[in-house]
Amino acid sequence: MQGKITPKPTVETAPYWEACRNHELLIQQCSTCHHFQFYPRLMCTKCTNRKMQWKRATGHGTVKSFTIVHRAISKVYQMEAPYVVALIQLEEGPTMMSNIIKCNLQAVEIGMKVKVEFETWSESMTVPQFTPV
Amino acid sequence: MMASLTGKVAIVGAADTEVGFVPHLSATQLCIDAALRALEDAGISKDEVDGLITCNSMAEPILYHAEAIAEYLQIFPKYCMSVGTGGGTTFSALHHAASAIATGICDTVLITMADSLRSGLTKEQTMAMQASTGHREFELPYGPTVPAYYALIAKAHMEQYGTTPEQLARVSVTARKHAHLNQNAQMRDLITVEDVIQSRFIAEPLHLLDCSLISDGGAAVILTSAERAVHFPHHPVYILGVGEGHGHEHISQARSLTTSAAVESGQRAYKMAGLRPKDIDFAELYDCFTPTVLIELEDLGFCEKGEAGAFVESGEIELGGSLPVNTHGGLLAHCHPGNPGSMFALTEAVTQLRHQAGIRQVPRAEVALVHGQGGIMSSHTTLILGREVG
Ligand SMILES: [Zn+2]
Repeated sequence: MQGKITPKPTVETAPYWEACRNHELLIQQCSTCHHFQFYPRLMCTKCTNRKMQWKRATGHGTVKSFTIVHRAISKVYQMEAPYVVALIQLEEGPTMMSNIIKCNLQAVEIGMKVKVEFETWSESMTVPQFTPV
Repeated sequence: MMASLTGKVAIVGAADTEVGFVPHLSATQLCIDAALRALEDAGISKDEVDGLITCNSMAEPILYHAEAIAEYLQIFPKYCMSVGTGGGTTFSALHHAASAIATGICDTVLITMADSLRSGLTKEQTMAMQASTGHREFELPYGPTVPAYYALIAKAHMEQYGTTPEQLARVSVTARKHAHLNQNAQMRDLITVEDVIQSRFIAEPLHLLDCSLISDGGAAVILTSAERAVHFPHHPVYILGVGEGHGHEHISQARSLTTSAAVESGQRAYKMAGLRPKDIDFAELYDCFTPTVLIELEDLGFCEKGEAGAFVESGEIELGGSLPVNTHGGLLAHCHPGNPGSMFALTEAVTQLRHQAGIRQVPRAEVALVHGQGGIMSSHTTLILGREVG
């Protein structure tokens, strides 16, 4: 996926991206109040505790909303257009943005059940995508 | 208990530059042009300005923008800042300026903003600017665009409340209808709901004509205390209420896709003004995309949650309706030069409240609501303005 906007892992997010390379979706859970959150942060957004743990998510979620992008942001993305950008509510609670791939675009709907699937973009970068269950 | 700003500050000068495609002026020159026109409108010398607020320009970035504009004008303010912001924070800056006047930090504040998105940037630069919104690691890799973020909101509203593409389209049709009456607007040709629906998809369910314009242009206002305001040439326009609400930055982190922090900004502004939605004669609502207007109509209390589609369809937001909205044509039809975009809603509200809007005048307009929204329904500021205090 040359030319795509590739994530640059930070201290906070490196374990997440490393797990993606192993085809595991990790999200943070607070060790005190057990709150799940996404994206990864230094602190719990509920109780402000700094002790966050990585938990393996089931990878199952529901489409909260989506759009089919026709006019993409760059030539590389335009080659794949039209494509779906969706907000997916994970089974554990938090919402993440992703694409819904390997499906008929017109069949995508809000409330649809989806499951994570990993797409390798380069030697160092594997990105979570979703596909209908 | 915080002292209320109600009736303490007034807008005594307001002006727009030429808008649309203005290649003969740079972003800095547009900013100066707007300032000079507003000073002329207020009938004062630049040397009376002791507070200055500008916004950064994308086409001509200057590290210390407000200082650069002050230097260009050769004024030496007590209060000077540039805000590098979207539509909501334009009015947050005004909130600060009004507070500075009310607390005596300064007497006369000039807010001048301009940019040249149309002629000052290449297509690649415009795209790069679009990509600067969105979470670098957790949104941008998936290829969202600014219209796509708003499409996520539109789709959720349609699913939750049965809002239709035709109802969204009607917002754009109304904007053009108003722009048709405004000789300064960038897009003045009338369009139909069909035209919107048949224009190409940018990000479903949003079509090209559901999206605002890309423009050059600038606008400026001058604020002073209510005591001083009566000595200016035009009828003062008083700040009766102002409130802010800030919900999130990234759309994937929004508390709700269909209810925004406009609820909070609106409630705070109504409370300060001691007014209710039914007291508002017309509204200038941030309309970067058609669904934005529907959500603002609901969140600001002009109709029940989920009923904005029907409200718009019934013609209530047209001139002659119960709540004319975006009487100048808004970002959808008047112009949208980026950060300064919402300023035109403010200058239009001033023109209307001075009863100087000509063929698009809202009859007997006394109280206006102006709402700015920045980011992806992220930051909200609501202003309530009036011809009279109390
Ligand atoms: Zn916690």
